[in-house]
Amino acid sequence: MDKVLSNKKMIALYVLPSLLLILTIVYIPIILTGFYGLHEWNGIGSMKFIGLENYANLMKDGKFWDSAWHSLLLALFSGLSLIIYLMISMVLAARIKGANAFRKIYLIPMLLSSVAIAQLWLRIYNPSNGILNSVLQSIGVDNPPAWLAEPSLVLFALFIPILWQYAGFYILIYYAALKNIPTTLDEAARIDGATSWQIAWKIKLPLIMETVKVTIVLAVVGSLKYFDLIFVMTDGGPNGSSEVMASYMYHTAFRAYDFGYGSATAFSLLVICLIVTWIIRWLTRSKDTIQYS
Amino acid sequence: MKKKTWSVLLLTICMAVIVSACGGGGKNNQGSKGNDTASGGEKVTVKLMHLWPEGVSAGQNKIVNQIIKEYQDENPNVTIKQEVLDNEQYKNKLKVLSASNELPDVGVTWAAGFMQPYVEGNLFTPLDDLLNGELKDKFVAGTTEAYAVNGKTYALPIEFNIAPIYYNKDLFEKNGLSVPTTYDEFKNIVKTLSDKGIAPIALGNKDRWTGSLWYMYLADRIAGQKTLADTISGSASFTDPGLVQAANEIQWLVDNNAFIKGFNGQSNEEAKSEFLNEKAAMYLMGSWDIPNFTTNEEIPKEFRDKVGFFKFPTVEGGKGDINSWVGGPGVGLFVAENSKVKDEAKKFVEYFVTKWGEQSVTDAGVIPATKVDAENMDLPQLYKDLFAEMNQASSVTLFADVQMPAKAAETHLNLIQALFGKAITPEEFAAEHDKALAK
Repeated sequence: MDKVLSNKKMIALYVLPSLLLILTIVYIPIILTGFYGLHEWNGIGSMKFIGLENYANLMKDGKFWDSAWHSLLLALFSGLSLIIYLMISMVLAARIKGANAFRKIYLIPMLLSSVAIAQLWLRIYNPSNGILNSVLQSIGVDNPPAWLAEPSLVLFALFIPILWQYAGFYILIYYAALKNIPTTLDEAARIDGATSWQIAWKIKLPLIMETVKVTIVLAVVGSLKYFDLIFVMTDGGPNGSSEVMASYMYHTAFRAYDFGYGSATAFSLLVICLIVTWIIRWLTRSKDTIQYS
Repeated sequence: MKKKTWSVLLLTICMAVIVSACGGGGKNNQGSKGNDTASGGEKVTVKLMHLWPEGVSAGQNKIVNQIIKEYQDENPNVTIKQEVLDNEQYKNKLKVLSASNELPDVGVTWAAGFMQPYVEGNLFTPLDDLLNGELKDKFVAGTTEAYAVNGKTYALPIEFNIAPIYYNKDLFEKNGLSVPTTYDEFKNIVKTLSDKGIAPIALGNKDRWTGSLWYMYLADRIAGQKTLADTISGSASFTDPGLVQAANEIQWLVDNNAFIKGFNGQSNEEAKSEFLNEKAAMYLMGSWDIPNFTTNEEIPKEFRDKVGFFKFPTVEGGKGDINSWVGGPGVGLFVAENSKVKDEAKKFVEYFVTKWGEQSVTDAGVIPATKVDAENMDLPQLYKDLFAEMNQASSVTLFADVQMPAKAAETHLNLIQALFGKAITPEEFAAEHDKALAK
């Protein structure tokens, strides 16, 4: 076995299939997308090379910047909600009664497909017979808003199911990280007279900091390229007030048959995600990692 | 995740190109053999690609097979080879085949804006000779025009739809209302119903084309059919006072709670269920929804019996005519420009369109684009009434979003949602349209 693994040809043989696969279905399309972005193309006829014109137009496109702002807002909310998830998992990891049941409750949305979640929340938000407005009316709100039809509310109405959808995922990650901390540290701190707050803030958090950094990247980048729930629930509407970068790309490419511009949008989205990832890594960099000792 | 979708799409396209290239080669061979069909007797294969799979569109699938069988019996030298795909796949494959200029001899296309790139790419052949032959005057007014580009017709329609206002007779009766013939009467109905807490109109404007129907009708009735048609085709300005007034009327309706609550966030399906649940009294929709109000067993019979329809009322002082409709053909048949068996393909299209007419009415519940005498058939009354209306239509204006080029259509639909949401004024609405259509 060792012999096989140290043979360079064998290594190449094992790596090659997946490498080819990832090249053909990930990297080559990315390059092609960038290439299409340099053309004026309706997806059927011939492509016309126009250089960076699509990108220049994109920079001037108010709708693109609106959608970028919405994506950024979502990223901000996802980032902030990580604090809540972290608190929940601290409580769950502290062996409270029924922690198992709670964990399952938080995990369930993760098991549903986005479309199912969208349908569920569409019913909750339905302005005339949805649960939410029925409850509001029963407690005396005369004219509750039509959540998904109000330009000023729709974005926040969408954030709630999106955050709800991913809560279980992050709680699970934090929970696993917290469970990895040896209980002896906890006990020692308690004997020294530390409060629960101090233990959480000064001992547990620094120890799982690496995990937290990873989840920040995941949440922010995931939010920037978020698409499915918004697409199903509002399709970017009303009047573009819930358009995000990915849905804007879809609309220009597949609805308006402007594949060149759509590709330019997609490529910009990729670049923005890369830059944001880099910024987060830079902001959260630390020279020494704290370890259990 | 978006990246993955892209790459899967690309892969599929690559594969489709390879597969179709192989298939195309075979067809060409057979095609060249049957080139001189005029002399008769030679074996010919005509390739037909359509989008009525047995599972999804059983009725249409049955009709297609029946027509093919009859045609082959009458023309023993012709073999019709079918390729069946479902809607989305069909659209994708058509695009891929176009890129390699390997379209089937006969295929299905949508009208106006959809087919424009194909026509510009010189992929479809003009079918005007068929229109002047046996099929002359067989089509309902306004249907073939939707398939014309620069004066030539590139496909023959087989389906046709017009959009009436369906209404709940029971709700009208209980509130002492009768069918309106003028817009003022219509406004009164809206006021009466909304005062009583009943939503007058079910509208799902998340889909946007639904709201576009309302705007189009008002524009037609106030500014007249010609003005509306001209502006949509880009040859006249949307700042026409009649068109601006139509936009104003839309906002009047919004202000007077004519539409269900949160209409801009509700899909057409959600809105329809408000009408089906008798929470809304009226519903403006295409004739494709007729089976839901006549034969669909899933909807309670008591409700189906309550549904009637009326024509969009005329506006006093407006230039519109009550027999002018908004609607349009669904799909049509094209013949590929580079087909090796063009004459045979055209002949088959002619036969298909003729046969489809009657059979689609009785077997599939689809309304054909050809004139049919439905009076003597055993059909639901609502059906018959709408047929009668259709045959005496003075004009039919094609759905704006279908007629405009894809990019302008997208802008139009967004502007419709903004207009209904009162995010823009009617004047801005007009100006933005002109800007989009000028591009």
